[in-house]
Amino acid sequence: MSVSPQAMHEALREPWHSLHRQRQGVSFGVWVFLASEVMFFSGVLLLYAMYRILYSDSFATAARESNIWFGTINTAVLLTSSLTMAVASEGARAGLRRLTLWCLLITALLGLTFLVIKGFEYREDITEHLIPGPHFKLPDPTAQIFWALYWLLTGVHAVHVTIIALVALFNFQAWRRLRQLTSPAFEGLALYWHLVDMVWIFLYPLIYLPGRSG
Amino acid sequence: MSGLQQEEPTTASAIWRSTIPVWLVLMALLTATLVLSYIPMGKFNTVSAIGIAVLKALVVALFFMHLKRPDPLLRLTGAAALLWLFFMFSLTLADVLQRLPPTQPGTVTPLEHGSMPSTGQRAF
Amino acid sequence: MSEVTFDGAALPTKERTRSYLTEGHTLSSWLFTTDHKRIAILYMAALTFFFFVGGLAAALIRLELFTPEGDLLSADGYNRAFTLHGVIMVWFFLVPSIPVTLGNFLLPLMIGASDVAFPKLNLTSWYIFMAAGLLAVYTILVGGVDTGWTFYTPLSTAFSNSHVVTAAGAVFISGFSTIATSVNFIATIHMLRAPGMTWFRLPLFVWALYTVSIVMVLATPVLAMVLLLVMAERVLGIPFFDAARGGDPLLFQHLFWFYSHPAVYIMILPAFGVISEIVTCFSRRRIFGYSFMVYAMLWITVIGFMVWGHHMFVSGMSIYASLVFSFLSFIIAVPSAIKVFNWTFTLYRGSVAFDSPMLYAIGFIGLFTIGGLTGLFLAAVPVDVHVTDTYFVVAHFHYIMVGGAVSAFYGGLHYWWPKMTGRLYPDGVARFAAILMFFGFAFTFTPMFIMGFLGMPRRYYTYPPEFQIWHVLASSGALLLAVAYLMPMAYLGWSLFRGQRAGDDPWWATGLEWRTTSPPPKENFFAPVRVDNDPYEYHPEDVGPHHEHKEPFRTQGEVG
Repeated sequence: MSVSPQAMHEALREPWHSLHRQRQGVSFGVWVFLASEVMFFSGVLLLYAMYRILYSDSFATAARESNIWFGTINTAVLLTSSLTMAVASEGARAGLRRLTLWCLLITALLGLTFLVIKGFEYREDITEHLIPGPHFKLPDPTAQIFWALYWLLTGVHAVHVTIIALVALFNFQAWRRLRQLTSPAFEGLALYWHLVDMVWIFLYPLIYLPGRSG
Repeated sequence: MSGLQQEEPTTASAIWRSTIPVWLVLMALLTATLVLSYIPMGKFNTVSAIGIAVLKALVVALFFMHLKRPDPLLRLTGAAALLWLFFMFSLTLADVLQRLPPTQPGTVTPLEHGSMPSTGQRAF
Repeated sequence: MSEVTFDGAALPTKERTRSYLTEGHTLSSWLFTTDHKRIAILYMAALTFFFFVGGLAAALIRLELFTPEGDLLSADGYNRAFTLHGVIMVWFFLVPSIPVTLGNFLLPLMIGASDVAFPKLNLTSWYIFMAAGLLAVYTILVGGVDTGWTFYTPLSTAFSNSHVVTAAGAVFISGFSTIATSVNFIATIHMLRAPGMTWFRLPLFVWALYTVSIVMVLATPVLAMVLLLVMAERVLGIPFFDAARGGDPLLFQHLFWFYSHPAVYIMILPAFGVISEIVTCFSRRRIFGYSFMVYAMLWITVIGFMVWGHHMFVSGMSIYASLVFSFLSFIIAVPSAIKVFNWTFTLYRGSVAFDSPMLYAIGFIGLFTIGGLTGLFLAAVPVDVHVTDTYFVVAHFHYIMVGGAVSAFYGGLHYWWPKMTGRLYPDGVARFAAILMFFGFAFTFTPMFIMGFLGMPRRYYTYPPEFQIWHVLASSGALLLAVAYLMPMAYLGWSLFRGQRAGDDPWWATGLEWRTTSPPPKENFFAPVRVDNDPYEYHPEDVGPHHEHKEPFRTQGEVG
C-alpha cells in the first residue's frame, strides 16, 4: 500500500489503537446500520406485500401508469453509480488518489442525475393526477393505495440518495487533503451507497414492472 | 478482513478489471427483467421479477460490498437482517391470509360518500 | 484481604485528584465532549427532566382518578394527559434510561477500553435526542396529543384534532438517537475488549447492553417507518390505513407492535444486567448459571420479535395468528423465569448484605416475577379477551417497567454512584427510600390488578363509584411512590457537595470498572488492562462463602 505512516497516523482516531482495526470497526458498524436500514424499508414493504396480495389486479392496473423509461434509466444510472463508488472505495484503499477523486465525483454526479430524472418523473406523475386523493386518475380506490406506496417508497429512497452530499463532501476533503485516503470513511460510505442501490433494485420490479404483460 | 489476506487489486486497471464485469452482469440482469416483464407468464412474472432483483442484490452484496471475502461477522449481520424480515412477513401473513372474509379489508364496500376525503383538515 | 490489583490510594496526588470531571470546566468542554462518561452525565440531566415531565402527567392522572366524576380534567384533557405520560415515559425516559446513562458510562470501563467505538457518534446521538426532546416539549406546549402513546389508526390519521405529527415526529427523531447508540455499543463490544476479555468472561451487564442494542437496531427502524406512514397519511391524505379506500388499520397495529413489543425488552434487558451485577456483589457469590443467563438474554432477543400479536388478540386479527402468537408468548416467559431462578439461586447461601442497591435488586426480583406471571395470564387468549384494555394490563406493564426497570435503574444508580461521582451517599436514608418505593409501588399498582379484573377500563377518566376504593388506594400509593422517587434525587444531589469521598472499590466488587479511581480519569485506566479471570469470582468455584467475614475474592483483571 503506497501510504505514508503519517497518513495512517492522521486517519487514526480515539480509542482505536490501529488503523486496520479501526477500518474493520467502521465497516462492521456501517453493516449493523445497514441492517437497521433494511428493517426501516421492510415496514413499508410489508404494507406493499399485504396490499398486493389483497388487491393484485388493481395493483397491476395502477403500476401500468408508471413511466417504464424513467424507471429503467434511473435503475441503470444507480447501478452504474454503484460501480463508480466501488471503484472509488477500492482506489482509496490502494492509495490511488486520482482514481478515487474522479470516481467519487462521477458517483455524486450520477446520484444527482438520478434525482433530476426523478424530479421530471414526479412532475409527470403530478400532471397525470397520480396523487391519491379526490382527483385521482383511476376510478378504483384501491389503486390509490399503490400510488400512496409509490410516493412514500420513492420519496424515502430519494431522501437516502441525498447522501451524495456526503460523497461530494468526502470528495472535496480528499481533494484538499483534509481527509486521508486511508480513512475508513470511504469504505463506510460506499457500503451505504450500495444499500441505497439495493433498495432501488427491489423497488424497480415492485413499482415499474407489475401489469406490463397484462 | 478476518486475517485471511486476500489479494486486493492495487492498480487502477486491476480495480476496473474486477468491477466492470460485475457491472455488465447487473446491466444484463436489468435488461432481462425488463424484457421478461412484457412476456405474459401469469404468476411467474412476479416470481421472475423479484427473483432477478434478488440476484442483482446478491451480486452487489457479494462483489461490491465484499461479502465474498470470508468474514463471518459481516455475513452474519447481513443474514440477521434477512431473518428478521422473515419474522415480520411470515407472522403478519399468518394474520392477513387467515382472516374471515368480512374482516378482510376491501371486502365490504364502503358507503358512497362522493369526493369527500376521509382524512380531515386539522392541526398538525 | 483481597488480591488488590489496583490501589488508587497509592497513586501520586495529582493523578489521584484528576478525573474526567476535572478535565475542563467550561460549558463547551461539556457540550463538545467526546468522553463517554461526560456524555452519560449529559444524558442523565436530560432524562431527569423528562422523568419529571412524565411524572407530572402521572400525577395529573392519579389526581383526576381520586373521584369517579371528571372534575380535574376534561375528557380531552385526560386523553392528552395519559398520552403525554406514555409517550414521555416510554421514549424519553425508559427506552434510553439504563443504556445511555449507566451503559454509556460503564461499558468501556467494564471491557477495559478507553472509550466507545465511535465517540463523535456518541455525542451526535445526544444532540439528536435533545432535538427530539425539544420537539416533544414544543408538542406539549402547543397542546399535546390525545391518541394514546400507541397512535392507533384511524384516530391518529383521520380524526384526531391534536398535534399528532409533531408528537410522532419527536419520537421518530429520538429513534435515530437510539439506533446510533446501539450501533456504537455493538461495535464497541465486538472490537474493543481488553486482551483476555473473551465473550464468556464479559460481565452480564455488558451482555445485557449487547442484546439490547441488537433489539434496538432491528426494531426501532420499524417504528420510524410506521410513524412516517402515519405522518404522511395525516399530512398528505395518502391512504395507507384508510379503510374507505381499502386500507387496513390493522396493518398499522402489526407494524407498531412489531417495534413496541421488542421495545419492552429494550426496557427490561439492561435492567437484567444491572440486577446481575448487584446480586452477585451483595451476596458475595458467583452468578448461578452464567451461560444460561447469557442464552436467556439471547433467546429473549430473538423470540421477542415474534410475539407482538399478543397486543392484538381483540383487534380482529385472525384466530390462527392469535394462537401462534399466544404459543410464542408462553415460550418467551421461559428465559425470564430462568433468570429469576438463577438470581434466586445466587442469593441462596450467599452472604447477603442489605445495602440500598441490594434492596432495589431484591425488590426488582419480586415485582418483576409478579409482572411476568401476569404477563402469562395475558398471553392466554381467553383471559386476555376478558382483561384487555382494562387496568389489569396497566398493572402488568407497570409492574415490569416501574417495579422492574425503574427499580433496577435506581439500584444501578446507587451501586455505581460512588464510581461515577467519587462520593458516597448516606446509606440509611437510601435504604429507607428503597423500602418506601417498594411499598408505594405495591399500594399503587396492586389495586389495579383487582379493579382491572372487575372491569375498570383503562384510559377512562370517569368510572362507577364501586371502583373508587381501588382508585383511592392507587392514588395514595402514587403519592408515596413520588416521595420515594424524589428522596434519592435529594440525597444524591446532597452527596455531590457533602458526601464522603469514595475509594476506588467501596463495594469490594470484582469488575474492571472498580480497578480505577472513583471518579475515573478521562482515559479510564492508568495502565493497559489485561483480563485473566471469569466475572464474579467472589469465592472459589467449589466452596461457598462464609457468613462471618468478607472472603478473599479474585478481581477480573490486572491493570498495568
